[in-house]
Amino acid sequence: MAIDTDAELQPRKSGLTPRQRRRLSRGAQYVVFVAAVVALAAGADWGRLKNQFAQAHIARQLFPDLITVALKNTVLFTLSGFVVGLALGMVIALMRLSSVGPYRWLAGIYIEIFRGLPALLIFIFVGTGVPLAFPSIEYPGGIYGKVAVALGLVSAAYMAETIRAGIQAVPKGQMEAARSLGFSPARAMVSIILPQAFRIILPPLTNELVLLFKDSSLVLFLGVTLEQRELSKFGNDLASTTANSTPILVAGLCYLLITVPLSLVVRRMESKAKREIR
Amino acid sequence: MTRPEIRVRDLHKSFGDNQVLKGIDLEMERGEVVCVIGPSGSGKSTLLRCVNLLEEPTKGQVFVGGTEITDPDVDIDAVRRRIGMVFQQFNLFPHLSVTENLTLPQRRVLGRDKASAARTAAENLARVGLSEKAEAYPASLSGGQQQRVAIARALAMGPQVMLFDEPTSALDPELVGDVLAVMRRLAREGMTMMVVTHEMTFAREVADRVVFMDGGVIVEDGTPDQVIGAPRHERTRHFLSRLLDPAMAEVEEETSDQVGGPAQ
Repeated sequence: MAIDTDAELQPRKSGLTPRQRRRLSRGAQYVVFVAAVVALAAGADWGRLKNQFAQAHIARQLFPDLITVALKNTVLFTLSGFVVGLALGMVIALMRLSSVGPYRWLAGIYIEIFRGLPALLIFIFVGTGVPLAFPSIEYPGGIYGKVAVALGLVSAAYMAETIRAGIQAVPKGQMEAARSLGFSPARAMVSIILPQAFRIILPPLTNELVLLFKDSSLVLFLGVTLEQRELSKFGNDLASTTANSTPILVAGLCYLLITVPLSLVVRRMESKAKREIR
Repeated sequence: MTRPEIRVRDLHKSFGDNQVLKGIDLEMERGEVVCVIGPSGSGKSTLLRCVNLLEEPTKGQVFVGGTEITDPDVDIDAVRRRIGMVFQQFNLFPHLSVTENLTLPQRRVLGRDKASAARTAAENLARVGLSEKAEAYPASLSGGQQQRVAIARALAMGPQVMLFDEPTSALDPELVGDVLAVMRRLAREGMTMMVVTHEMTFAREVADRVVFMDGGVIVEDGTPDQVIGAPRHERTRHFLSRLLDPAMAEVEEETSDQVGGPAQ
């Protein structure tokens, strides 16, 4: 396709110029957007929506348990799961990078299994399967221990892969420099490689935390008491007792209250990391 | 004093099928400065990296200060404390400040306390003329400054031998001089140094001996005046002429006897 003939470089006589065509296309996109918004707004029954989702007096009933029980438990479940997942993920990542074959295989198998299974199945497995198979084993901390293990098992698989990628992203020369200074491999890993790796993976780890916040809602499949309810179960329960969906909306807002700022922090870290690239 | 500081005996190294070193014998006295020159892929960096076991030799022995470091039972971390190494890419620890780059290895590896590590760090930063950069981070330094910090970091461990792997090859030309000045001073102070380099002026001026390698063997070994000034082998002459006047190089026919691995 040669375009070096004069005729092809001339503006075409008929039809729109490229610039006009671009402008037209942009205009059309705005029109479609506005039309969709108007259609949605006109089609919805605002009165019923308000009745079903935004009843102020029902919302008021949710306090203070919404914060002191539900939100508190969501945060507790998530953080304990994150800590277990991070510790386990770290071990699995190091196994995956080990020079001992069986460690590598074991870590690989773990990652494939727990990344491939729905989190729900793992919760049921931890909640009912393990206690049935090992009646003598008791989770420390009761439900909190159970949740920490279940969420930890799920997130460890993802975090292991993230940590492994972070370790491998540290240039090889760093390990060589450390070894040439007399660091043992383990010392070099702890003092030199891991601090750099964690800087690199801080954004994806925070994303994992956001995902865990949502996965913590699966606790309801473990069977919880009133005091152990987290946001989703709490919202759902109150929605049925009040026969109104306002609690669902409020619980949802609580999730966003946590996840949106976290996402913003991640974005800040990512743009900062981009600027700092050597 | 007759015991050589570094002794390499019949050293072989292969990467898979690629034979990079094919029997190297080399001895270095204490306080001697040896420059290793040669075309890329000649195995000179690999030789250097075998001397502190960053590469495991396939066959042969390496002695440093009387200890056979190729002995499987040797405590390699202890041996490496006596051998400083400077890399082409500096390899400073980017998450640590300049001072921390010097103090962390002293404290973690040598077990020095905070105060004495800081004192040694300050002394060695002064030695390379970078005291004012003590609190800076590596990313804010020029290449030449980073390399001088890397030299100071190695010196802070109190090594008996220093290995330099093309220390100025990654630097902008105007920054090379500062690094070479530090190395020249180190040589004058009596440090035993093995330097892989392309800086012929430095080799002529500072080295006690120059070793020319090609194809995994030592082709020529002698004083700078012999090896650089009056090379006896055709391969040495050819290499030097290309190095000193790269614009004069001809397009070469492919020859089957070209040996050596990928550039290190």
